[in-house]
Amino acid sequence: MYQFKFQKAKSVAEAFAGLGKDGDAKLLAGGQSLIAAMKLRLSQPSTLIDLGDIAELRQIKVETGTVTIGAMTTHATVAASAEVNKALPALAMLAGSIGDRQVRNQGTIGGSIANNDPAADYPAACLGLGATIATNKRKISADAFFKGMYETALEAGEIITSVSFAIPKRAAYVKFKNPASRFAIVGVLVADFGSSARVAVTGAGPGVFRIAEMEKALVAKFAPESVANIKVPAEGLNSDLHAQADYRAHLITVLAQRAVIAALK
Amino acid sequence: MSVKVSMNVNGEAVSAEVPERTLLVSFLRETLNMTGTHVGCDTAQCGACTIHLNGRAIKSCNILAMQAEGGNVTTIEGLAKADGTLHPMQEAFRQNHGLQCGFCTPGMVMSAVDLVKNTPNPTEEQIRELMDGNICRCTGYHNIVKAIAAGATSMAANP
Repeated sequence: MYQFKFQKAKSVAEAFAGLGKDGDAKLLAGGQSLIAAMKLRLSQPSTLIDLGDIAELRQIKVETGTVTIGAMTTHATVAASAEVNKALPALAMLAGSIGDRQVRNQGTIGGSIANNDPAADYPAACLGLGATIATNKRKISADAFFKGMYETALEAGEIITSVSFAIPKRAAYVKFKNPASRFAIVGVLVADFGSSARVAVTGAGPGVFRIAEMEKALVAKFAPESVANIKVPAEGLNSDLHAQADYRAHLITVLAQRAVIAALK
Repeated sequence: MSVKVSMNVNGEAVSAEVPERTLLVSFLRETLNMTGTHVGCDTAQCGACTIHLNGRAIKSCNILAMQAEGGNVTTIEGLAKADGTLHPMQEAFRQNHGLQCGFCTPGMVMSAVDLVKNTPNPTEEQIRELMDGNICRCTGYHNIVKAIAAGATSMAANP
């Protein structure tokens, strides 16, 4: 790891001030991706501003129609939350499928979506559940937030404070995971909002994306056969040692059907 | 450059000046000379470095010592009683020969204690699934799973 300065922020305002003082400063959430990247010298912040002590960023609120998760809430906390399990079980299940237990005890929702790893699970939850990402400056819809591989709409000095998910009639997330890293080779979240439906795919492309054709078919009839014959073109999808693009394209249709079946259970 | 880091390790307050980039596992092993916690892969995959921070199992090779500032850390050295009586999970690993070379064992035991705390009376399937953050390169999983099942029963009987 390259050398850096370390600062523990006591509040979002203090973290914001710290970012203003050093253009190469980075925020540290749980650090489950950032510390690993720094150890490999792939990332070289001059200052790390640790958000770990800011209690206000660790709240879970369930209100009519929405579940709001504070940015520094760990995956384990979301997975175990009785409130989240009751209001939006698909989200709790998705959080419980991230990485392994130790990673879930340290990794956070804010860190995950700020990093926007193309194979991460939470971006699929945000996009598939029509989330709104709140920062210290504004509210950003998930549709506008994710900008492709490791890129987001976040601007300099912007700090994610919470993520609000719309509660659908039903939803489910199914992923075909890499057995070593537990990252999604392909993961599909489907959500039925009655008058609309959302289908979000992670792991398959350079970033999370929706499939309009499947959404239209699911609004007409929320059933697995509605998506069974909708093929996704392999062009532009990822090819790597884990899976070729055409295989990932095939998985999207298979997993979308399985997710609909799971949502109907 | 260095920074002062203070925390509670196995019930004892510790404090030291360390470089900012010191990992928690390096702080434990190299600053405190507590070498029970192992470094296996050093990439947060194998789980040999698993410790408890504020009651939750985490991988100490993937967080900075400063992230544990002010926190409560339990390592494998802090599991047995002061008189040397092993923790029920340690005893279960001994009874069931839940190790081969022993390198992954401290992480396995720390992870297993956390598993049972959050999932009392786990099934064999749950144990296999929930221990996916710990790798045994000897592939001695069968006895490890048996040990954790026995340890869970024993922990329930000796809360």
